[in-house]
Amino acid sequence: MTSPASAPRPRQSLRRHRAARPVLLALSLFLVGAVYAAVAPATTSSADGAADAQLIAQGKDLFAVNCASCHGLNAEGLAQQGAPALTNVGAAAVDFQVRTGRMPMGNPYAQAVGKQNTFTDDEINALATYVGSLGSGPKVPGEDQYNPDGLSAEDVARGGDLFRTNCSACHNFKGAGGALPNGFVAPSIEKTDPAQIWEAMRTGPGQMPVFAAGAIPDEDVKAVIAYVQQVNATPSAGLTLGGIGPVAEGFWAWVVGIGSLVLAAVWIATRGARA
Amino acid sequence: MAKPAQINPSSPAMEVRTPPQEESPSKLAAPAKWVDDRIGLAKLLGNIRKIFPDHWSFLLGEIALYSFVILLITGIFLTIWFKPSMTEVEYAGTYQLMRGVPMSEAFASTLSLSFDIRGGLLVRQIHHWAAMLFVAAMTAHMLRVFFTGAFRKPRELNWLIGVGLLSIGLIEGFAGYSLPDDLLSGTGLRFVDGLVRSIPLIGTWAEFFVFGGEFPGDLIIPRLYMVHILLVPGLLLGLISAHMALLVYHKHTQWPGPGRTQRNIQGYPFFPIYVAKAGGFFFIVFAVTILMGAFMQINPVWIFGPYNPAQVTAGSQPDWYMGFVEGAIRIIPNWEWHLWGTTWSWNIFLPGVGLMGLLFTSLALYPFIEAWITGDTSEHHLLDRPRNAPVRTGLGVAGMAAYGMFWLSGGNDILATQFHVSLNAVTYFMRAAVFVVPVLAFIVTKRICLSLQRADRDRVLHGSESGVIVRSPDGGYSEAHQPLSQGEAYTLTRHPQPAALVPNGKKVGRLRQRLSHWYAAGQVPKPTAAEIAEAAHHAAVEDGHDAPALEGGDSGDTP
Repeated sequence: MTSPASAPRPRQSLRRHRAARPVLLALSLFLVGAVYAAVAPATTSSADGAADAQLIAQGKDLFAVNCASCHGLNAEGLAQQGAPALTNVGAAAVDFQVRTGRMPMGNPYAQAVGKQNTFTDDEINALATYVGSLGSGPKVPGEDQYNPDGLSAEDVARGGDLFRTNCSACHNFKGAGGALPNGFVAPSIEKTDPAQIWEAMRTGPGQMPVFAAGAIPDEDVKAVIAYVQQVNATPSAGLTLGGIGPVAEGFWAWVVGIGSLVLAAVWIATRGARA
Repeated sequence: MAKPAQINPSSPAMEVRTPPQEESPSKLAAPAKWVDDRIGLAKLLGNIRKIFPDHWSFLLGEIALYSFVILLITGIFLTIWFKPSMTEVEYAGTYQLMRGVPMSEAFASTLSLSFDIRGGLLVRQIHHWAAMLFVAAMTAHMLRVFFTGAFRKPRELNWLIGVGLLSIGLIEGFAGYSLPDDLLSGTGLRFVDGLVRSIPLIGTWAEFFVFGGEFPGDLIIPRLYMVHILLVPGLLLGLISAHMALLVYHKHTQWPGPGRTQRNIQGYPFFPIYVAKAGGFFFIVFAVTILMGAFMQINPVWIFGPYNPAQVTAGSQPDWYMGFVEGAIRIIPNWEWHLWGTTWSWNIFLPGVGLMGLLFTSLALYPFIEAWITGDTSEHHLLDRPRNAPVRTGLGVAGMAAYGMFWLSGGNDILATQFHVSLNAVTYFMRAAVFVVPVLAFIVTKRICLSLQRADRDRVLHGSESGVIVRSPDGGYSEAHQPLSQGEAYTLTRHPQPAALVPNGKKVGRLRQRLSHWYAAGQVPKPTAAEIAEAAHHAAVEDGHDAPALEGGDSGDTP
C-alpha cells in the first residue's frame, strides 16, 4: 500500500468530503438491513396469498372454539390451566397434537394421551396454519422429510444405533414404550405414522425433548423411522410376550414352564405303578 | 558264530492248558458278568431296588436336575460357535438391521449363531428357557423342603448343599446372561460393576480385579465364559452329585400315613418303577423346554442391539432370579455418605450385596436356628404337614412375601405401564410393602394353619361330613357324620406337637425360652386317644352332632 502522503489528491478529497460519513452510514445500514432480510427467518408463512388468509381466519375460528378455553384467545397460554403459549410452537406441533387426538385433551392435569381424532384434514390444516402464523417454529413436514423409502441397509442400521442412543431409554428397545417418573409414560411408537415421529422429534410433545435439525438432520430422522418400522416388521422367534423384556419372560417361565411341569409331576405321581 | 537259543523242553509255554471251567452264564447275563468282573457292577447297582416314595412335590427337584442336563446338552452345542471375545468388529452378517454396526465378536457370533447356524436360534432359546426353569425349579424344590421340614436332622448338610446350589445357580445364570454382550447384558454388567464398587474400602480394587481395569474393559466376557462353561458347571456337577449321594444315603423323606414310620419307607423301587417314571419325566421336561424354545421368544438380542455404554433401554431388567436385587436397588432411598473425599454408597451396597447376603445366610442358618429354638435333636424322616408347624410355615410365607415384594419392585416400570399407575406410586408403595406385607403374611398364614389344625381335630372327633341332613324325632336337624378310616385318623394325629422349653439355667436362657414359647404357642392340641374314644361313643349314642371338641384348642392361639 502506498502511504497517505504519496496517494493522489482527488481520492483523499473524496474521502474527506463532507457527505462521506452520512453516506457511508446510510450504506452500511442498508447493507445490514439487506443481510438481515436475507438471513432472518420469515415471521409469516411463505404463502401470504388470499387463500392463506382465508385458511388462517378459518383456523382462528376453530382455535377460538376448541383451544382458546385453555390456551387463551390469542394462544398466549393460561398458566392456571397449565396450558403453554402456542405463539412459537409451529404448525408441526399443532398437526401432531391434534392429529393424534392428544389435543383437545380430556383432563388437563394428566398426560395428554393419544385418542380418536375428530377433526378433518382441512380443519387440522387450518388450525396448524393459524398457529404457525403466530410466530416461528417447525412447519408441517413434507413427505421428502420423513418418508424413509429408499434408504440402504447401512442407513437403516445406523438409524438403529441412533434409536438406541436417543430413543430407547424411554421408548424401549423396539419402541414398545416405557414408564417415566410421576405417572408419565413414553407411549409405544411401534405403529406410529412416520410424519408423526418426525413431528414429535422436532417439537418435543409432553415430556419428550426436542431433537432439533442441528442435532439430528432429516436424513437421520428418516433412518430412525425406517429402523422402527423394520425392527417391528421383522418376524419374531415365537410369541413376543409383549416385547417388554425379561420381566415378561420370567413371568411366563413360572406360569407356563413350572406350571405345566408341576401338572406333569402330579400326573406322574398319581399314576402309581401298574406292574 | 551265533549260538542257537536254548529251548527248555519243559517250558510252560509249551504246555497245553484248558481255560478254567466256569459256570457259563446265559447269553443275556454274559455282558453284565463281564462288566461286573471288572468294575464291580453288582455292588454299584446295589441300590437299584432303593425305594422312593411317591408324591408330586418330590419331583420338583427332578425338574431342576433335568433342566441342568438340558443346559449341558444345549450349552455344548452353543460353545461350538460362540466366540467369547470383546474384539470390536463391524457386522457384515445376514441380519440386515445390524449391517455395518460396530460390535464385539461375542455379539456378532451370537447373531450368526441365531441367524446363520441351522437350529442355532432354537437351541439358544431352549438353553435360556431351561436356565429360567433350572433356577425356578430349584427355588420351588427348596420351598417344598422348607415347608415340609425336610431340612431337619439328619439332612441339614444336604440343605446347606442345596443353598449352595441355588446361590451358584444364580451366578451361573447371570454369567450366561452377560455373555452375548447385547445391550441388556452390558447394562446388567454395569449394574454388577456398581455393586462391586459399592463394597466399602475394597470396592474400587475389587472392580479393577474383576474387570481387569475400568469398566467394561476387554476381559470380562472371556472371564465370564470361563466361569459359565467351566468353573460353575463343575461346581454344580460336584454339588449335585453330593446332593444326590446324600439323598440316597439318608433315604427320601415321606409323608406321614398308615404304616409309615421313621424307620421304614413306603414307595416304589428305583428299578423298574422310578427308572420309568423319572426317565419319562426327563423327556417331559425336555419337551416342555423345546416347546417353549420353539414357540416363545426369549432374549431377542438382535432387537436389543450390541452393548454400548452410552446406551440404555427402557425395560432393562435381569432374568427373574436376579429381579429381587434389582427391585431392592430400585426402591432404596438415596443413602450415601461422603466422608473425607470418599463415597460410601449404602444405596447400592445394602440392597445389592446386603440383601443377597441376608437371603442366603438366613436360608443356610434356618435349620440350626429352628433346632435351637425347639430343642429338637431327634431324627426326622417323616415330613411335617405345613399346618402342623405354623410358625415355620408363617416364616416361610413371610420370606416369600418379602422376596415377592422386592421381586415386584424390580419390575416397577413394567407394573406402571401395564397397570397404568404412577412409577413413583409403585416405588413408594413398595418401600413400605417390603416391611409390612411379610408381617401380614406371617399373621395370616399362622391363622390359616391353626384353623386347619382345628379342622383336622374336628374331623378326627366328628368324622367326615356326609352331606346328609337328619331330622330327629323332636324336630332338630343335624348333619350325619361318617367315622374316619383308621388310616386317616392316624395320619391326622401322628405328628408330634412341639412344647415350649422350660428355663434351665445356662442351657436355656430367657431368649431361647421365649422364642420356643412363641414357636409352640397356640397349637390346637391334637385329640387324645381318650377324646377319640369318647367322641366315638358319643357319636354312636347321639348322632355325633355335638361332640366335645374345641374347648382345649380355642384358648391358646389368641395373640
